[in-house]
Amino acid sequence: MSARSILGRLGLALGVFLIVSPAILFFLWMISLSVKFEVDNAAYPPVFWPEHFAWKNYTDVLSSNRFFTYFKNSLLVTGGATSLAMLVGVPAGYGIARMAAHKSAIVILIARITPGLSYLIPLFLMFQWLGLLGTLWPQIIIHLVVTVPIVIWIMIGYFETTPIELEEAARIDGATRWQVFRHVALPVAKPGLAVAFILAVIFSWNNFVFGIVLAGRETRTLPVAVYNMISFDQLSWGPLAAAALIVTLPVLLLTVFAQRQIVAGLTAGAVKGG
Amino acid sequence: MSTIVEQAGAAAEAAAPERALRPPSYWPFVVPALVTVLAVIIFPWLFTIWMSFQEWKVGSPTTFVGLSNYFRLPADPRFVESVGHTLSYTALSVLLPLVLGTFAAVVFHARFPGRGLLRALFIMPMMATPVAIALVWTMMFHPQLGILNYLLSLVGLPPQLWVFHPGTVIPSLVLVETWQWTPLVMLIVLGGIASLPTEPYESAQIDGASTWQMFRYITLPLIMPFLFIAAMIRAIDAIKSFDIIFAITQGGPGSASETINLYLYSVAFVYYDLGYASAIAVVFFALIVALTALLLVLRRRAQWNALGNDT
Repeated sequence: MSARSILGRLGLALGVFLIVSPAILFFLWMISLSVKFEVDNAAYPPVFWPEHFAWKNYTDVLSSNRFFTYFKNSLLVTGGATSLAMLVGVPAGYGIARMAAHKSAIVILIARITPGLSYLIPLFLMFQWLGLLGTLWPQIIIHLVVTVPIVIWIMIGYFETTPIELEEAARIDGATRWQVFRHVALPVAKPGLAVAFILAVIFSWNNFVFGIVLAGRETRTLPVAVYNMISFDQLSWGPLAAAALIVTLPVLLLTVFAQRQIVAGLTAGAVKGG
Repeated sequence: MSTIVEQAGAAAEAAAPERALRPPSYWPFVVPALVTVLAVIIFPWLFTIWMSFQEWKVGSPTTFVGLSNYFRLPADPRFVESVGHTLSYTALSVLLPLVLGTFAAVVFHARFPGRGLLRALFIMPMMATPVAIALVWTMMFHPQLGILNYLLSLVGLPPQLWVFHPGTVIPSLVLVETWQWTPLVMLIVLGGIASLPTEPYESAQIDGASTWQMFRYITLPLIMPFLFIAAMIRAIDAIKSFDIIFAITQGGPGSASETINLYLYSVAFVYYDLGYASAIAVVFFALIVALTALLLVLRRRAQWNALGNDT
């Protein structure tokens, strides 16, 4: 191996280390904070590897009587908003792709560039007027602002690339347009369905701004609950870090396992709702 | 016999596009989504515009006040200040991720063992729940107990107040934004680099060009369109950034990190001045559209220049 190629390899290794370490070190530090007792978290210089692990931080968070309420709320809001978005968004993506109605996709762009807060003002008034504010419905409905555009946007891309010949063959055989959609177009677009579903779940799960305005004590989602822990009191760092890790763990696992799909979806142009 | 069948088949095929393959209407597929989009996107927007012309005090009827909500804006020091914060925050949050993300894309374009796993770890920040990571960053920024000041002390630098000082709060928040969103730039630029032709590199290698020269004179000009897309997405996201700033500083200290989006939140949901908040929302949206348009114009000009028409 020549000196130049060894140098090149060293340079590459250094480059990889430089760009990947901020992410890895951050999450390692997050874990470290979450398993330490208060003494270790308040120590200077910092303790990286504690002598005694404070697993209690996790059991405390999980056994606090409201945690499962918030967890259930997050599941219902994310589940509801994602299912509804798939239900209306997938057929819409198909319709738009087949009609080549690209102008209607502009609406989705508008949703993409508009700050989420500006939807909150009128919808907040509407929910108040409808008397829905004590329930989870306002959050499920408003999360559609984020999930529906993602689903439509990704599905347009997928249906556009699926060949139309199969559908035409099915139609010649006498299938109705719904049968064509269900039995021909949908199975072919399965990878797209997975991408749209995963991204809608992640962006809905991560959403915070809609929750802080619309959620009451009983209807908080996990991100809002975690935020309220800080403003509550001078809480100790261990349980706080443990709570933060618990909230984001489902998303992190999903990211590692479905990395390929996530990358495909993000680079298709649908990023960061809200 | 077979020819007759063939002829009949051909005739049927010729006629088929007329009858069976007349494009069916796809409207029934789109209508449910259309209704949803009207309800949660279009209606709120029209309502916001209408509200921006009203004076709205909670508990009393609205009164039409014309443009007076808009006239309040230039005279409102907090709003004017928030525009400045937004612009500096956005500019930094576009530039830093763009530079670092391009570097990361070049690195990830090379083949090395464990690339898939490292890429997964690298994109974790942008998928992680913003409030959760904001919380950990808040701890890391702590002036006495935070890990960042400890790391600075290791390399002999003085401790900083980070998000607790008006002069350093915006750069500190940009640090978080950059940490979180550099992966997105990397993904877009990596897609660009992967689509480039290989011939220019081969001939440059024969000519003995260095790695830097190849990047500067071949890669960089060719990936310009992708850099513009990345810059545009980054600008749109940075200008309306909310979760990170709100969870870490709530706009403070004082109002040193209050961006338009955070001020909008205060006016709407702390003071419940909904008419004025709507006017801010409309102006804010116009600003985002203007920024997007500006980037599109720059992009068109850049492409024009790339074609050699730089007169």
